[in-house]
Amino acid sequence: MSRETILILVFIAATLIGYKLINSVPSLLHTPLMSGMNALSGVTVLGCMAAMGFALSPASRVLGIISIVCATVNVVAGFSVTDRMLNMFRGSKKEDEEP
Amino acid sequence: MSDTVFYILSACLSLAVLLGIHWMSRVETAVRGNRLSAAAMLCAILVTFIKYDLLSVADIWIGLAIGSLISLALARYTRMIAMPQLVGLLNGLGGFASAGAALLTLGYKMDLGLFERFTALLGMAVGAFTFTGSLIAVGKLHRLISQKPVFLPRHRALLAGSLCLMALLIVLGLLLPGMAYAWLLALISLAFGLLFALPVGGADMPITISLLNSTSGVAAAITGMALGDVLLVSVGGIVGASGLLLTQIMCRAMNRRLSAILLSRSAAKVSAPVPETAPDAPAASAASKEEADVLPDVPVRAAQPEDLPGWLGEAREVIIIPGYGMAVSQAQEQVKALHDALEKGGRRVRFAIHPVAGRMPGHMNVLLAEVDIPYDKLFEMDDINPDMASTDLVFVIGANDVVNPAANTAEGTPIYGLPVLEAARAKKLVICNFDSKPGYAGVDNPLYQPSPDVLLMFGDAKESLSKILALIG
Repeated sequence: MSRETILILVFIAATLIGYKLINSVPSLLHTPLMSGMNALSGVTVLGCMAAMGFALSPASRVLGIISIVCATVNVVAGFSVTDRMLNMFRGSKKEDEEP
Repeated sequence: MSDTVFYILSACLSLAVLLGIHWMSRVETAVRGNRLSAAAMLCAILVTFIKYDLLSVADIWIGLAIGSLISLALARYTRMIAMPQLVGLLNGLGGFASAGAALLTLGYKMDLGLFERFTALLGMAVGAFTFTGSLIAVGKLHRLISQKPVFLPRHRALLAGSLCLMALLIVLGLLLPGMAYAWLLALISLAFGLLFALPVGGADMPITISLLNSTSGVAAAITGMALGDVLLVSVGGIVGASGLLLTQIMCRAMNRRLSAILLSRSAAKVSAPVPETAPDAPAASAASKEEADVLPDVPVRAAQPEDLPGWLGEAREVIIIPGYGMAVSQAQEQVKALHDALEKGGRRVRFAIHPVAGRMPGHMNVLLAEVDIPYDKLFEMDDINPDMASTDLVFVIGANDVVNPAANTAEGTPIYGLPVLEAARAKKLVICNFDSKPGYAGVDNPLYQPSPDVLLMFGDAKESLSKILALIG
């Protein structure tokens, strides 16, 4: 099987499995789900890093660094704000149980 | 690192991400799920460092460090009301990064085949329009620019034209050497993003944000194909699917078709029927008919605030319906106080959440969780609608279209067929809205007819709630 075929198959498989999994998330959690997914879309930071391996001219280095900064913000801010949000849900549950 | 090892690691990390998402489906495990996904991402970064032998490239470390610092500030100080903007902004940054990586791949990677060139060009285009589209969405949500739909002259022709031009440039960039076409494609894609987001009105933002979330994932996946990076492709695909699914859910809940929003039909369609229904005879009479059965011909006495303590005395079952008006006036704390006060009297208090309450999917739940309202009090529309008729008292706070009974009767209006919370069926109703004007959809709400069972309080939700709280004492 050629590499192209593998990549396309991986894409299709991931899309289908993702679709199925996400369908079972209740609307209560849709905002954290979305910001978590959003953080995952920062996976493109891997692409930027790989590209830095062969981007050696000054202009391309600048573009590369900016891209990495953007992708990192996407990942780190996405995951941490999701964490904060989910803890609010959990926190409200605890308070409910204590009394 | 050999390719085999890399594939195996990629598969493991993809599975970890999928497990993380699976855990996101329940509140109890969601925190763990999110952390697992984050850990998988960290491992993925490490794997990439080793695979491409990048540990000595200082630029990468600089980029990662700056990005992390900015993120910590963003994540810490963003208020929940601003979540849609933040998600929009992050989508845009992700899109930009994908476009950047694709552009670098195209310009500097050796021996690109036809497949790699095609995917790099496509990934760049998708990333670029995600970037500008998201910036417009953020601007609208943050009220930096007008929330109203903006149309340029011949907007739809421009939109279609730029799309065709993008396709043409991809073909040219594929067949002819050099970077000129790629740069031109980047510019046109950026412009396309602007054209795409400008006509979207404020109320359609949940759909736009979901859609851009999807495209940011797709951009990452396609760029991953150009780089031959399995991990990028699989995770990008998952994000693309999730965004698409949320877009569909939102469209269904808002009674809108995605094509209508994308082809900028929204404003034209909404404004057209409004003048026709301005007299609004069918809608108004339909609901006042119910009242008419009880009180024929006698001038109806509208409920007054003094009635409220009496209503409360009898009420056992209470439902609160918060809408975007509550979020706008930042009345979450007052809502929490109302909830506490009602519960103290031994009443069962629940919240009914319409799927589009807020500015992104599930937004209202987060706003209420922020003020420590237990999440097991929050109910989805389909779960709580059957209980409405047996509910003693319903508070509607800053919601209009989503409780408008005309959605079931007013054929030909934009909200006809919109699934609504059936607040009208409750025994007593308190409505706190800014004014009695029709909501975003422009359809009169028959609940505003004078009725002894409906207490109307117009004005800022925060002030109305304070008045109610004072009455309850």
